[in-house]
Amino acid sequence: MWQQIRANRRRSVFVIAGMGLLLLAMGAGLGALFGGGGAALGFGALAALAVWLMLWWTSARGGDDAMLRMAKAREVRKEDLPQLVNVVEEMSIAAALDRTPRVFVVDDPAPNAFATGRRPDKAAVSVTTGLLTRLNRDELQGVVAHEIGHIKNRDVALMVTAGIMLGSIVMLADLGARALWLGGARRSRGSGGGGAAVMVIALVTVIVAPILAQLFYFALSRRREYLADASGAMFTRYPEGLASALEKISGTRVVQADQSRVTAPMYIVRPRTARAAHSRSRSRWFSTHPPAEERIRVLRRMGGGAGLADYLQAYRRETGDPLMRADDAESVQTRGAAPAAASGTAAAAPAVSAREASDALLRGSGYAWRRCASCGATAKVPPGVEGLVQRCPRCRAPYPKSTS
Amino acid sequence: MTIGWILAAAAAALLLVWGVLVYNGLVRGRNEVRNAWAQIDVQLKRRHDLVPNLVETVRGYARHEAELFERVAEVRARAESAHGARDTGAAEEALSRELGRVMAVVEAYPELKASDNFLALQEELASTENRIGFARQAYNDAVARYNTRREMFPNNLLAGSFAVAEMFELSDEGARSVPVVET
Repeated sequence: MWQQIRANRRRSVFVIAGMGLLLLAMGAGLGALFGGGGAALGFGALAALAVWLMLWWTSARGGDDAMLRMAKAREVRKEDLPQLVNVVEEMSIAAALDRTPRVFVVDDPAPNAFATGRRPDKAAVSVTTGLLTRLNRDELQGVVAHEIGHIKNRDVALMVTAGIMLGSIVMLADLGARALWLGGARRSRGSGGGGAAVMVIALVTVIVAPILAQLFYFALSRRREYLADASGAMFTRYPEGLASALEKISGTRVVQADQSRVTAPMYIVRPRTARAAHSRSRSRWFSTHPPAEERIRVLRRMGGGAGLADYLQAYRRETGDPLMRADDAESVQTRGAAPAAASGTAAAAPAVSAREASDALLRGSGYAWRRCASCGATAKVPPGVEGLVQRCPRCRAPYPKSTS
Repeated sequence: MTIGWILAAAAAALLLVWGVLVYNGLVRGRNEVRNAWAQIDVQLKRRHDLVPNLVETVRGYARHEAELFERVAEVRARAESAHGARDTGAAEEALSRELGRVMAVVEAYPELKASDNFLALQEELASTENRIGFARQAYNDAVARYNTRREMFPNNLLAGSFAVAEMFELSDEGARSVPVVET
């Protein structure tokens, strides 16, 4: 799976590079507007880069704790909320994280959750109290799996980098607009005919760059949300848990206390604002999150499967457009693994029948069953490698020569 | 002439870098598989640690089941001291069976089922079983990744010394399945 996420990161890196170019263009445009001449262009671009570096450095120093403070999150331990901590630990095991993220709770009746931490070993998962009161264990597991997906996919670092670029571009545009308003007339009077064309291009750049950068940023954010959903489904092997949680979260009409635009993209569902409670959604192109209804439909169209390939297939069926190249996902084989029982007995029965179904599929595609005579473990051997599997994977006892 | 040499040296260097990358990737994959396997054992241990707790809690209500509790303690000790996958598998299976019996006893005591202590324990038991399941799932995922990486061309040219890791599931479900915990 992670090769696929990495392959997808490549596309995300292109988006980041695009935003970087916009930033440079922005700086060059401002340079042209105020300085004129080639040197000013270069100087403007450099200045823009310097602004970005400065912001990036500040945020790296303030770090993830700043985000948690902004959201007013407090850390909880096992004794306080055993179920939440258990679920986070379970999902870290499923995602094979080296270290379990810290767990935080935000006192807020609106149900929501977010992940922070640029590096997986310094990550944290935060949920609101509203989420804890509304969701059952399976749903909570789905939400936590989505957040662990963000951590595993390194989305936090990616979105912070992109966010700071967007911030720098918007800041520069703002600066440019003010300066033009105050002293632009003096500048433009002095330039000749050729200069006018440059001025127009520069002006258009300064106006268009922030809008384009926003579109880039939002598109990136939406894509990472879908991928985190896919990871969540894969870790739990139970897409319905996340789907049902998203349904509950998006169905709530409680206005969230945290209204900061800085923290908004981090949440699993865009925090409900007082304004949005009255007028329904803005355009999807200017949203950090895909519509919840669509995410739910994709999750519910995954059928019996829970792998990345199943998610991509469902996504394509739902939206008619590929999230990423399908062959990237082909190598992921998750059907061989049994769906881990969600919780308690309720999920045990479906888990068994899902196993039977997957067994039937495997038998149909030529898998051989090998039962170890000494420990009773059964290995399901893919066709074509029978010759290579000569020992029981569990107790290392050699199999008898004749296969069953 | 010199250009030819430079090109040849560059090609050799590239080949070397590629080889190192592939080799390291395979080592990483193999370690992932091993870690994932170790994680299953960690979670089984966690289950053993929970058993005395469960027994103590139930004993407070069902004193006359002394024989059952003794048997549980015995199979737990056996599971804990089991060495090698074969013994472990058998011992875990026996432990699961006895835990199932304890849960059946609990059914007869509604006030026990409703007690805070037992509810907390129930969450821990469910979580432990989940962990075992997820650890196994992560193991299978790691194996799938590793085998794919190992078998793909051109990696397979270098992968000769790396053994195929086998995906597997236990058919003796008792060993690693959810004990019946009524909710």
